[in-house]
Amino acid sequence: MTTTSDRDQLAYISSQAADARVNVELNTGDMTLNIGPQHPATHGTLRIACRLDGEQVIMAEPMMGYMHRGYEKLCEVRTYPQCTTLINRIDWLGSFANEVPFILAAERLMEVEAPPRAQWIRTILFELSRIANVALFLGDMGVQLGALTPVFFAFRDREHVLNQIEAITGGRFHPNFDRIGGLKDDIPRGWIEETKSVMVKMRTFCDEMEDLLVGNEIFQARCRGVGVIPADVALNYGMSGANLRASGVDWDLRRDANPGLAWDQIDWRVWTHPDGDSFARYWVRLQETREATYIVDKLLDGIPSGPIMAKVPRIIKVPAGEAYISTENPLGEMGYYIVSKGELGPFRVKIRTPSFNNISVVPWVMKGVYVPDVITILGSLYFILGDIDR
Amino acid sequence: MASESVEETPLLPDDVREAMLTSLSEALGDALVESYLRPHEDLWLRVRADRWQDVAQTAKSLGYTYFGFLSAIDWEIAPEGRYENTEFDGELEEEDSEPVVQSTSTGYAGGDTRFQVIVQLQSPTEHTAFHLKTDVGEDNSIDTLRDIYAGADWHEREIHEMFGIGFRGHPNLHPLYLPGEFEGHPLRKDFPLLARHVKPWPGVVDIEDIPEHLEAELEAQVMAAFEAAGGGE
Amino acid sequence: MIELLALPYWQETSIKLGLALVVIPTTSLILVYLFLFKMMAFMQSRLGPNETGPYGSLQLIAEAIKFLQKEDINPAQADRRVFRLAPVVVLASTFLLYVVLPAGPDAVVQNLDTGVFYAMAVSSLSVLGILMAGWASANKYALLGGLRAAGQLIAYELPLILAVMGVVIQAETMNLQGIIEAQATGEIFGIGLIGNPFILTQFLAFLIFMIAAQAELTQTPFDMPVAETELVGGYHIEYTGFRFLLFFMAEFGTAFAFAALASVMFLGGWWIPGFDVDSNILNILGPGVMLGKILLVAFFIFWVRFTYPRLREDQLQKFAWKVLIPLALVNIVITGIFKVVF
Repeated sequence: MTTTSDRDQLAYISSQAADARVNVELNTGDMTLNIGPQHPATHGTLRIACRLDGEQVIMAEPMMGYMHRGYEKLCEVRTYPQCTTLINRIDWLGSFANEVPFILAAERLMEVEAPPRAQWIRTILFELSRIANVALFLGDMGVQLGALTPVFFAFRDREHVLNQIEAITGGRFHPNFDRIGGLKDDIPRGWIEETKSVMVKMRTFCDEMEDLLVGNEIFQARCRGVGVIPADVALNYGMSGANLRASGVDWDLRRDANPGLAWDQIDWRVWTHPDGDSFARYWVRLQETREATYIVDKLLDGIPSGPIMAKVPRIIKVPAGEAYISTENPLGEMGYYIVSKGELGPFRVKIRTPSFNNISVVPWVMKGVYVPDVITILGSLYFILGDIDR
Repeated sequence: MASESVEETPLLPDDVREAMLTSLSEALGDALVESYLRPHEDLWLRVRADRWQDVAQTAKSLGYTYFGFLSAIDWEIAPEGRYENTEFDGELEEEDSEPVVQSTSTGYAGGDTRFQVIVQLQSPTEHTAFHLKTDVGEDNSIDTLRDIYAGADWHEREIHEMFGIGFRGHPNLHPLYLPGEFEGHPLRKDFPLLARHVKPWPGVVDIEDIPEHLEAELEAQVMAAFEAAGGGE
Repeated sequence: MIELLALPYWQETSIKLGLALVVIPTTSLILVYLFLFKMMAFMQSRLGPNETGPYGSLQLIAEAIKFLQKEDINPAQADRRVFRLAPVVVLASTFLLYVVLPAGPDAVVQNLDTGVFYAMAVSSLSVLGILMAGWASANKYALLGGLRAAGQLIAYELPLILAVMGVVIQAETMNLQGIIEAQATGEIFGIGLIGNPFILTQFLAFLIFMIAAQAELTQTPFDMPVAETELVGGYHIEYTGFRFLLFFMAEFGTAFAFAALASVMFLGGWWIPGFDVDSNILNILGPGVMLGKILLVAFFIFWVRFTYPRLREDQLQKFAWKVLIPLALVNIVITGIFKVVF
């Protein structure tokens, strides 16, 4: 994994030296370019202040806060069940996955465990929201690079997954379905078969993306060797999820730190890629989406019977204590550090979001790239604004 | 199937975290003040603030190279009540058999000061994690971890603006989220949530009583279903 | 045919001018509706516009009216005169291209002897307009887009001209009508049934021409000057209302013109097998045949546009200088050798 980055690093250094000579001779000035806050590549309101030398980026500094909603403060004045409404809106493309670690952390403090059936359905919904979330990335990456068509395929097929989520939870984007001690409802009749057929469609979608983008020479030319993040840098910055696995680190919280969901009951594999470049990040996400469809299929076959709700008091008071639970969300490691003082609501909630750490690598990785590569790297790091700003 | 395996697991001693604790406390020496271990769940270590950077360096050399997060906790009890509706809170407390204990303890692994900084570090090879805590003293600042864990940069900026905690050696502690002219540190407990002052939060009402006869009926139904399914026990 | 009517010069010219003024918006209208609206929609599993008129065919009229109604905004920092003039310059280059495009033996605005040369020359005029737009907008994105466009269009002008050289050598004329005639009277291995469309002998040149035209038109694999997701529209980022409409029309009008050039030079133009090259009936049937061929070529242009991601500017330059130009030169040499030997 280091050979590629070494080569690139050398090429970069030599190109910098050559450019510096030219710059001194011609006395060219720098230009500041603000990418965002209103820019199609930032999926929201992220601003990246770039210093440009021609088309080359000398320095890039992300500036956030345009969407800061103060969730950590707001959680302090709400009860635990009310917090999930806010938490749904952090990573708005994979809402259900946001709820799970918070609920699990509260359950750990209360020493309640959801019944197995609830855990399985939670896991299924978790993976469905992963598919719905990452499918959009798979198409959107094409748009970032100028290919218009893939994103429409993504929207078309993601719709099926959202329909399945809606069929069980009643909400397409913000299910707010997870409860301390279990789930709000059981799955409706016929849902399992429908979901299986949707999973077949999603696999076809993944194949389409493989044909349209991964196999495309221009896509490869734009992505390979662009934005290389070596494993040690990724770990140092606390990057997580597919971004970390694309740097060759074999680490998936679903397998390595499973907080009690059903992932350890079935066989599946973790995908990694040694290169650490934008292409690797896309490739890993594509494989993970396909793997997630198989995970859902296997989970659907094995849902145990039983209740979906453990016995919990009607008014939820969480005993004093501290707990941190993180899960492998679509974007990476999403965790909640809950401090409870035995009241109706949390005393302090620290929301550890994946995008925040993933984007903090931007100033490091964007030194010396071209302006189009800024977009490639931003796209391949895959962030959601709500997930950075909270 | 899954439920059986859960049942049969008695609370074994947590060998993994015990070993972690031993090795960490050996390596940290007198920098370690206190530790707390929740078996099979998590590990907390409280260290001296003046050895903050050394501790992080030691932890990194022990293989905890993954930076999880850095945050802070303000242990002061909010001056104006939890839900901005003390009348309602009072009723709830009366109704419930266990009264709310406003404990003054400062969480796991103890603490002496109002502010504590907490860092979570993980080992990418062993897949283990632990939390490091430290008390923030009178001058309200500690050393930066930015040079040891690059990811700490933004977290420290966030904590600086949200809690007003300084990080010595951090080159650019300018605000990350808040606009430049913002005054105050919003995540401190004494920072009033203005929206609540203007309009009391109506949300607490959703724990409104269900009529008694309905509730008994509901309870019976739920319990019947629960036992019929053989769940729980 | 127009000569037969023996009109005075000014009448003839105004008829031709009027025709051109009708033809250009109509052609871009056809392309936009057929490819940008409908084909793209079907490729992307959408329906496209389907409410305005039959199958949504009047949607473009509505869009044009919408653009005309919009406020004409001049950015405060912009160089006003240059800013306002730029779209006109770009559109003028498109208009000038149509002067030499033949649609029948006599159905041409002006049959220039140096038609190919003229077409290549005026098509590069648009660079000027784009640079003006990029510079005068007082916007960094527009500036980057304008500079990219300048670099790209100059780099791709060369392979475009060099590709055409092969055709010119084979046809022994720069007159577009002459090129069609050469194709119509040509023979393949002694059989003159379908003439000799140069796409058969000049296939390499055709490929290079199409790739370079794609870049010249700033269509997708080479659309860095526009690049919606990086430069948010590039040089036309600050334009609103009818000035944007001018850019838009120029884009599709030029696409049509280049498709027409390709079908004239490589696909045999308006000639229909079995007819005399100068028979009058071709003045009636020719435009239809031309339109069919143009739409076929345009289909490929837009197919590629909606399928591929875009290259990076440095990759594009490398591709032009290291691949296309050497290939085009090789093509010229081979064509020259064949011309001398046979």
